[in-house]
Amino acid sequence: MSTQTEPPETDDEAESTPEPEPEPERTPGERRRAEKANRAAERELAEAEEAPDLGENAVTLKVFRYDPEVEAKEEPRFDTFRVPFEKGMTVLDALIAARDTYDSSLTFRHSCRQAVCGSDALFINGRQRLGCQTQIADLDGDVVRVEPLPHQDVVKDLVVDMEHFYDQMEAVEPYFQTDETPEDELEEQHQTPENREKIKMSTRCIWCGACMSSCNIAADDNEYLGPAAINKAYRFAMDEREGEGMQEHRMELIEQENGVWRCQTQFSCTNVCPKDIPLTEHIQELKREAVKSNLKFW
Amino acid sequence: MREYDVIVVGAGGAGLRAAIAAQENGADVAMVTKLHPVRSHTGAAEGGINAALREGDDWRDHAYDTMKGSDYLGDAPAVEALTRESPKETIQLENWGMAFSRDEDGQVSQRPFGGLSFPRTTYAGAETGHHMLHTMYEQVVKRGIEVYDEWYVTRLAVSDEDEPEERDCHGVVAYDIKRGEIEGFRARDGVILATGGLGQVYDHTTNAIANTGDGVAMAYRAGVPIEDMEMIQFHPTTLPSTGVLISEGVRGEGGILYNSEGERFMFEGGYANNDGELASRDVVSRAELNEVNNGRGIEDEYVHLDMRHLGEDRILDRLENILHLAEDFEGVDGLEEPMPVKPGQHYAMGGIETDEWGSTCVGGLYAVGECACASVHGANRLGGNALPELAVFGARAGRHAAGAVDEPAKITTGWDADSEEGENVSPVPLGEADLPSSEKGALADGGATSPSGDSDPGVDAADADGVVEQAVQAERTRVHYLLEKEEGINHAEVRSELQETMTENVNVFREEGALKEALEDIREARQDYQHVTVEDPSRTYNTDLIHTIETRNLLDVAEAITVGALARDEFRGAHWRKEHQERKDDEWLKHTMLSWNDGSPGLWYKPAMLEGEAKTYEPKERSY
Repeated sequence: MSTQTEPPETDDEAESTPEPEPEPERTPGERRRAEKANRAAERELAEAEEAPDLGENAVTLKVFRYDPEVEAKEEPRFDTFRVPFEKGMTVLDALIAARDTYDSSLTFRHSCRQAVCGSDALFINGRQRLGCQTQIADLDGDVVRVEPLPHQDVVKDLVVDMEHFYDQMEAVEPYFQTDETPEDELEEQHQTPENREKIKMSTRCIWCGACMSSCNIAADDNEYLGPAAINKAYRFAMDEREGEGMQEHRMELIEQENGVWRCQTQFSCTNVCPKDIPLTEHIQELKREAVKSNLKFW
Repeated sequence: MREYDVIVVGAGGAGLRAAIAAQENGADVAMVTKLHPVRSHTGAAEGGINAALREGDDWRDHAYDTMKGSDYLGDAPAVEALTRESPKETIQLENWGMAFSRDEDGQVSQRPFGGLSFPRTTYAGAETGHHMLHTMYEQVVKRGIEVYDEWYVTRLAVSDEDEPEERDCHGVVAYDIKRGEIEGFRARDGVILATGGLGQVYDHTTNAIANTGDGVAMAYRAGVPIEDMEMIQFHPTTLPSTGVLISEGVRGEGGILYNSEGERFMFEGGYANNDGELASRDVVSRAELNEVNNGRGIEDEYVHLDMRHLGEDRILDRLENILHLAEDFEGVDGLEEPMPVKPGQHYAMGGIETDEWGSTCVGGLYAVGECACASVHGANRLGGNALPELAVFGARAGRHAAGAVDEPAKITTGWDADSEEGENVSPVPLGEADLPSSEKGALADGGATSPSGDSDPGVDAADADGVVEQAVQAERTRVHYLLEKEEGINHAEVRSELQETMTENVNVFREEGALKEALEDIREARQDYQHVTVEDPSRTYNTDLIHTIETRNLLDVAEAITVGALARDEFRGAHWRKEHQERKDDEWLKHTMLSWNDGSPGLWYKPAMLEGEAKTYEPKERSY
């Protein structure tokens, strides 16, 4: 069922005036879509009243809703959904159930449902988590509150604009570059197992954006590269295959004004990372490397 | 209208590799993808990349293993291209910085995998696909290749000559998910489909929710034949509650399968006396279900995969990701207890018919990766052969589309002199046939045929721009129709009807009656689909609309799988038929082909090509 906790006024208006005056700037198509939206909202309310009592074995979701284009959703609000609980149910499963059963306009990104595509980082009960990796049974309280990632522009419902995150990722030259390349097409560059182990955790990043959303510094300052991008830089700077010349260049990149020195080691990124990457440690290590490499040139 | 030399649809491993190759050969390239590249399902691949890199190994041995694994339904020129070029592509990935696991001497590590005569599966922990995907995307960023992410390609712009072999693809139509706008993309030299899998046809699958067979369905409706669609791989080790994959790498490292009696059934049950757990995937999946069906399953549903004896160090070093997956998605600690596993849909061996360069019979249209059928995998894919396929055929198609290849293909595409007509096997009409015509125009996606009704008389469909323009109009009509339609049902109802019948009737064990029942159910689902409506009126990020269009693709793909399964009355590779318990080489060393025929699909056949450069692969009894 979908009941609005704070029914927007627009709904009431639509009910009392079934045929609103057409606004001149709207095309007929837009008008029809708006009417359709209102009728859909009415149907939802009707369905909500008829919905069976799910009793105790149900999950209550409070989900953030917003759509700049749909009159009833222009003002952000929370909708409540109750879906049957099943053993092993994740927050993503519950959202899918709510969407497929009650309201097909409920919008969120999702794909792999196994914590590797990074699509469904959400703000669940006040913390950045992946919807697919969060068991409902592990959450405290009776209600699961689901919001889009904070500090990012909301596109619609739970979908945020990721462009800024991607821009920061791409700002650190996030690709392998070497001083020398092997001549033969079948010649591999060697890497010690120890060095591979050193970069291992940093290579696990799935670009979900949870860390960036949790970071106070990134929230205040749009220019700060942020934990994910610095971790990406770490992944290359620590890779012995790139060579010393390239490492110097990497250090310059991460030491720039908006790089590692902005981090205030609050560990919020490390705490929310769904892949357990020690982000703060990586940033700290780069700070130390930067100091060392500066001393070298004195 | 946007214009490029080469347009790549989809940005997983195959698409990224194709884009890089085309760009390196001078083409102006754009990628159009419904997911941001790093969200692609290549990232979920775990096991590894088969490549004959080491002394004592040979690409010819890899070819032989692959052909045997395919149960002699692979086409030798494609199989040999894969195995010959995989070492080069694998080392290319290493040179691009991919974080492979390493031996003590610093070389990339390799491990044993099912059906291989040499431990040639090159890996990066149990997350090889993740590393491969990110490494390739890094190279795309480095090269500044343009990526339209969250743009959903809904139709190919193909000319409308009578015979598909005479048609040309001039571009695609894409829907910008964020803005809700439809735009045409003109491709001067080629469109490369790299849209991945179709696992959402089933409800228990390792595939992502986005794997809806879009490329296969679009190419099929545009006239390109689809090949061996009945050949679906069910992976033997998926978690029972979610379908999340547990890598074959667990068995490669020494993991053991047990039934409820504590028997190591792969050996004790005589399923694979030599290779045991490392028999080919089709063999292991059937063995597991046979145990369960004979009362030796746990909770009547699954078997146990035990890796505890490998020891914590080795597990953490090579299979750490498996521990996380088992913990997060099944609540099981793989260091302390065996993991529950059962077969789940994993991979489509069949797909869009291509030659060994990825070309289809429609001019300028290519397909690579899981959506394509070259055919490398025939009736069963070996573990570790999907990732090299992405790299090898992505690169080959990219080069070819950029005009850098003048070597003719040995594999033919489209109807040829060796083709034979098939008989209709379906108890119900297929495709669009018989559906109410009033709504057909808007919901149908005939691809090559002109859209119903109101096309702009000013558009000249004879020239390339006109073909794209006309396709754009057809899509505007369809989207408008879906958004405006008042009353109707939600696509999710249709999708779940479809998934239910496919899982019930077109699974590992296939029976004639059940297959026919599935075709009837699919027919019903098609009729129901005539009444779908999109409730969300918004142009902004309308996933209701996207999923509704995807569901249409799933219908076409599911029907093709089932028709192929019913027609092929033999047991070969992953395709097991209750009434036909033997491989019939006299009759069935051939591919099942299905053509859309403007809405009235027809079956036909083409011989498998067993003659390669290294040798002729004579069919032998397949035992492990």
